[in-house]
Amino acid sequence: MTRYVLRRLVQAVPLLVGVLVLTFVLIHLAPGDPVRILGGDGGDAAYYATMREKFGLDRSLPEQLVVYLGSALHGDFGYSYVQRRPVFEVIADRVPATSVLMLTALAASTSLGIWLGAIAARRAERAADRTITVGTLIGGATPAFFLGQVLVIVFAGMLGWFPVSGMGAARGVTPGFPQFLDLLWHLVLPVTTLGVLQLALVTRLTRAGLIDALREEYARTATAKGLSTTAVLRRHALPNALLPVVTVIGSHFGTVLTGAVLTEIIFAWPGLGRLLFDATLTRDYPLLMALFLVASLSVIVANLVTDVAYGAFDPRVRLS
Amino acid sequence: MRRLPVAWRGPITLVGGGLTLLAIVLAIAGRSLAPHDPFAVSTLQFQPPGASHWLGTDDLGRDTLSGVLSGARVSLLVGFVTAATAALIGATVGGIAGFYGGLVDDLLMRLTELVQIAPRFFLAVLVAALFGPSVVILTILLAITFWPLTARLVRAQVLSLRQREYVIAARAIGLTESRILLRHVLPNVVGIILVTAALQVGSAIIVEASLGFLGLGDRSMISWGYMLNDAQPFLRVAWWMSVFPGLALVLTILGVNLFADALYAAWDPGRRSRLAV
Repeated sequence: MTRYVLRRLVQAVPLLVGVLVLTFVLIHLAPGDPVRILGGDGGDAAYYATMREKFGLDRSLPEQLVVYLGSALHGDFGYSYVQRRPVFEVIADRVPATSVLMLTALAASTSLGIWLGAIAARRAERAADRTITVGTLIGGATPAFFLGQVLVIVFAGMLGWFPVSGMGAARGVTPGFPQFLDLLWHLVLPVTTLGVLQLALVTRLTRAGLIDALREEYARTATAKGLSTTAVLRRHALPNALLPVVTVIGSHFGTVLTGAVLTEIIFAWPGLGRLLFDATLTRDYPLLMALFLVASLSVIVANLVTDVAYGAFDPRVRLS
Repeated sequence: MRRLPVAWRGPITLVGGGLTLLAIVLAIAGRSLAPHDPFAVSTLQFQPPGASHWLGTDDLGRDTLSGVLSGARVSLLVGFVTAATAALIGATVGGIAGFYGGLVDDLLMRLTELVQIAPRFFLAVLVAALFGPSVVILTILLAITFWPLTARLVRAQVLSLRQREYVIAARAIGLTESRILLRHVLPNVVGIILVTAALQVGSAIIVEASLGFLGLGDRSMISWGYMLNDAQPFLRVAWWMSVFPGLALVLTILGVNLFADALYAAWDPGRRSRLAV
């Protein structure tokens, strides 16, 4: 197992280098000069030249790439042009906000989705099932940013139940439990925005998996020996039905990350998504490249975790 | 007229096909159906839906209905062209990798993995911000990031087809490799290519609209994402600016997804209704 994980991580290195080279080339192909963004348009040629030299922008592209890759391998991602701090610090500052948002959304949508899927499977082809299925279809077709807007219009605007933006009230919140409650209150709308797509997906897969599992012989045997429908569902069908759910949650990690970017922008959530957006507008190259690396790395890790989890849930799967 | 196959009947196909058809009609004729020029500003700002402007007006007094009707073009254009191009690239790469195997297969599959790992939306945001918003560049970028799925599915299919008796027989009677690939293997993977392409139309539409929403869309053409971007600062003042273009977007994606689903069910009757995302 350990060897499997290690080998997968080693295999990921060329992929990550590939991602870095790709973004590096792309960024440098694009029009726009970071020196002019930093120094403004009014500076003289000597000033620009000094800045170019200072940031190493005067060297040839292959040289810049080698320097960058070399330090990236040592964990040094350079300085953010705009924030004038190490990129690593800038990113580390934003990780908690995004993690809280994504993990809450994943946990909520997965548990709720399994529950709804089980209800739908138990009442297959009946009113409850049809309602849930139509709900998942609409949920799966609603882009996060539109859902976010509708939630703001209804719950923040018309009803005034939840805050429109941010991660916590600016002042007047005592640390400890009240602060935690305040965070939860701010989380409701963003988590709903981010979680609905995943909820639709998990519900649908759980339903399909359960309906298939209930047709299997072991389910019939369990029913025949007198177990209640609930017990058959929970003890026998569900563990088998959840396998594809695990895979899908893992393989959709990239989608969730994208959703998080859009959600953070709608609700002014201080996470990596907003950071990416701001870095794009200011052409903060070192920050952009590191963010790409973080995004790619998290997708690779999510895939790996999925595969390992799959092996843990299903003893028939051998990881090699 | 021949009757539709069983899998093609039923409400899902009907709703999906109907909505897709409606979106296509709007993409072609929406601009001429619009009562006003969608870009024309007027002094009637923030008019709620009413008799003169059925879906209201925005912050610059532009008619929302005209925008909703005209916005279909960009969405559908990006969706369909992306899916078709990605299908072409994916089928070529997957077909060659699966058929020839060996080193070619290894190289092409590593390339596929690399593209698959690259975060598509992040790339799209970056490219739009760096090179300026353009429908053409966006479509090319999306096609470049969407093909790996098709490539992997086609490769898997071709790998198994390669061992079939009729392919071995074709080789035995001396047909050239390329002829076997095009005439005997390709027809058997067309189904999977079409289904994957149909599923990707909806995803491409979402990415295009997301960029529009971030203000990184092509401003020379009106699009639903663009309208939602305009609506963001005025959510509490003018809900109609967000709700109507958003609904148009949801219905289009829903229609295309349901249609892809029906296609999938028709292609693989064993697994009815996979229900696309």
